[in-house]
Parts: sequence; C-alpha cells; structure tokens
Amino acid sequence: MVVMGVGQTEFGSHPDKSLPELFAQAFFEAFDSSNIELNEIEAIYLGNFVGEITDGSANLGGFVADEIGLSGVQAMRYESACCSSAVAFKEAYLAVKHGIYDCVLVGGVEKLKSAGTSIGTRALATALDGVYEVNTGLTFPGVFALVARLYSETYGISLEELRECMAHVSIKNHRFGAKNPKAQFYNKLGNLKVEDVLNSKMICSPLTLLDCCPMTDGASAVIVASEEFAKERIDEPIYVRGVGQSSAGSLFRQKREVVKALPRRKSSEMAYKMAGMSPKDIDVAFVHDCFTIAEIIALEAMGFFEYGEGARATAEGLTDLNGEIAVNVDGGLIGKGHPVGATGTAQIYSAVKLLRNELDFVKIDAENVMTDTLGGDFGTLVNVILSVHRR
Amino acid sequence: MFVDFFNELLNGRLIGLKCLDCGTVTCPPKSTCDNCRGRNLERVELSGYGRVVSYTVTYVAPMGYEKEVPYVVALVELDEGPWIVGRLDVDVEKAERENLIGRRVRVYGKEFQGEMFYPMEKRVVPMFEMV
Repeated sequence: MVVMGVGQTEFGSHPDKSLPELFAQAFFEAFDSSNIELNEIEAIYLGNFVGEITDGSANLGGFVADEIGLSGVQAMRYESACCSSAVAFKEAYLAVKHGIYDCVLVGGVEKLKSAGTSIGTRALATALDGVYEVNTGLTFPGVFALVARLYSETYGISLEELRECMAHVSIKNHRFGAKNPKAQFYNKLGNLKVEDVLNSKMICSPLTLLDCCPMTDGASAVIVASEEFAKERIDEPIYVRGVGQSSAGSLFRQKREVVKALPRRKSSEMAYKMAGMSPKDIDVAFVHDCFTIAEIIALEAMGFFEYGEGARATAEGLTDLNGEIAVNVDGGLIGKGHPVGATGTAQIYSAVKLLRNELDFVKIDAENVMTDTLGGDFGTLVNVILSVHRR
Repeated sequence: MFVDFFNELLNGRLIGLKCLDCGTVTCPPKSTCDNCRGRNLERVELSGYGRVVSYTVTYVAPMGYEKEVPYVVALVELDEGPWIVGRLDVDVEKAERENLIGRRVRVYGKEFQGEMFYPMEKRVVPMFEMV
C-alpha cells in the first residue's frame, strides 16, 4: 500500500465548525494532492474518540461521507482513544493489502479544546478502566505521573533529575512546534528553559502544564491506495513498509512492566519485521508524546535506546536533529497539539510531508520514518513504518 | 463482579479471585486468571495490606470530581501480589515533600458522590491508610 495525498487542518481552536465540517478541510487538502476522482474513493476509515461527549455526535461515518460528497460509500468510525485514526489506518492497510479496495480515505477528527478542560478531562478519562480506575479521579496526566515515578524508582534516576530530562522533551518539541504553521503553538513557547517547564502550573505531580500536550481541535486525512492504482496518478508514492498493533489491559494489571510499554515493543517489532528493518534504519520518529515521560518510554520500547536510558539520552540531545534519532520534529503532540482521534493520521501527515521534503520548517534527508500512536494507558498501540523506497 | 467488589470493600473486605490451577490471586476480580488465563477461580478475601509503588497529587480533576481536589491517586502492590489503584489517605503537602514509595498501607472503601458516566449509583474508592 502507498500513501497518496495528505491533509491536516491547523491545530488549535475550531468552535465554529462541526466535526464533519472540520474533517472536510483536512480531506480537501489530501484529495487535491492525490490526482484522483472523487468517485474513486471506495471507503472511509474515520478515527474519532469522543464526539458523543464533546459535540453530542456519534455515528460519524455517514455524516462525514455526505459532507465531502461521498454519501453511499462504506464509511466507518473507529474508536481506540488516542490511537483511533492509527487503528483506522491499520484497518485500511489490511483492506487495501488484500485487494478489497484500491483507494480509500483514512483520517480523524476531534474537538477537545472547544469542549473545555473539565469536560475534556472527563472525556479523556473514558479511556481508563471504566470501573476500577476512573472512580479514583485518575486522569491521563495522572497515569503518566504514576508512570514517571515508577520510571524514577525502576531505573534509579532521582525524581529531580528525571524532571529535568523530561523538561528537555518539552523544550525540544515546543521548539519545533513553534516553527510549524499548522501547530497549536505556532510562534509560541519556542524558547523554553528547563526552569520554565519545572515551574509551570502543577497538574499531577510531578507533571506540570508544560509536561502535558494541550487539548486540541483538529482533523487529518490521508488517501491510501494500492501501488498499481497510485503509480499512474502520482510521482512520489510513500510506501507503507510495516504496520504493527498490540493491546494491554488496565494500568494496574500491567504492574511493574508498565514502564517498559510491552505492547509497544510487540507492535514496533511487528512493524520492523514486516519492513525488514531495525531501529537503526529509521531516520525520524513521530512518537506519542502526550506527556514528556511518554516520549522517553516510547523511544525505549521502540528500541532506539535501552530501557532506562531514554531520559538521559534526551537530555544529551540524542533525540534532536543531528542526534541518534530525530524525534517529533513537527512539534509532536506537545508542540503541535493532540486532537485525539486525528493524531494517528496527523503523524502520518508529517511523516509523508517530511519524506517528500515538503515541510518548510524542518529539512532532513530522511528515507525511512516511523510513527507511534498510543491509546489509553498502553491499551492500544500502533506503529507504522513509511519509506520512499518500495523495499 | 465489580459491584460485589465495591460493596464488599465498603463492608471492610477486599475481594479477589484465587486460581485453583496456578494459585495466582487476581484483584480486582476479572473473568480469567491474570497469570494463566484459567477460569477455575475461587472468590477469596485478601489481607488488605500492601505497599505504595507510585502516586501522584492531582490538582486538575475531571468534570464531576472537581470538588475533591487536590487528591492523591496511588498504585499499591498488595501482599498477595496484585496491584490496585486507589487514593492515598495522606496530607497533600506530606505527599509532595516526602517520598512515600514503599510505605505500608491498609485498604478500606469510601463512598463518594456519584457521577453521570460511572456505571454504579454510588462511587466507591479504595482508600489507602498508612500503617
């Protein structure tokens, strides 16, 4: 399977647009760069997490199809928390790979910022265990705060040192986000210092506001197709070389292993095996930095660093440009924003743009890029490897 | 199963399931053994004692929980092996000042105001009292 055109709205605040209207914006950009006819799109795979709660709206498949002029095609909504559109992408991959469809639309849409912090926080908490976790008042910053302390204890890194290492994730991702015209923090927060992160408002100790990604409205869309279909229509197909997915139960069921993010290890190993690659072959990674500690843990589980070494590697600059692996050079979830159901295909958007050398604000000579999308407290994991090379 | 778990917790009993095949205790209850996936499970009462393995002071709460902030959510490893999530019954300043990881606790149940999405009329939270 290859990726043809890609699209993404500006991330931030879109209270004046319905979910289908917002998605249409991302779709038009993807469609207009795909050189296809509208009636060649055979199905829609749409990621959305909590449309019922934020906009009182579910069953989005048909409404989105109709909004973009495709009423009648098969249109499905996928929900896997923050991994929703990444799961939709994997499902589309299966269908195209096995010849069910030649050309389909994948994407996602979410309006969490417009919902406000209180409703948004409760909506996000629906991705926790619905009876044994949510009742305690646990939140997603809370989950990753628990994981941060476990990381500190497990690897013998003091909480003070870990907080400084985590701050470097925020500094780096905000630096890129400030340059990205589609990012929620475009032209903002681009020059943070460690002290700024440590001293910003405490959300769930030890995580401050600047350790957290924001609440975001936004949408993303990608057109994917079989190689045969794409080759007559576009010059620069991006090849989907590897796709992996895995799952896990509640945070407390994962026990001490939670800092190792084992579902992510499994998912990324599936993707590497399918691609015939190893972590050394990946030039750039877009990983799920919903919180600073989450990026560190992701990089270890994906095999870029040994377990317990990701925090110090980050502080040493090894995840920056000219480091060992350039990570989240579009700003990541922290700098770019995190419209939950749209995040998976937004990472694909950045990966494809980077591989085509179309990201004006960051130039890297990359051949292989990997995405990493996490749903819940490691409940759903999807990794995708994209390449300019067919094999 | 979960309703029974919380009702028993309010009565001072921590309920789990012991696997008659491998001996593992699963808590809170689950339809399959957390270790061997078996279904040959027997309801047992746990000691209610364990140790703090991680915790966080929550300052920003979800809708329906705002009146309770700040509160301390903790992960506890029970003496019988399982981990559970609950709230640490401790002064917030103490939780921020000291490292409470490893501290010994006893579990009890406390009822809080219900909220619109929770699937039980009363919302019971496992509380961890330091001993």
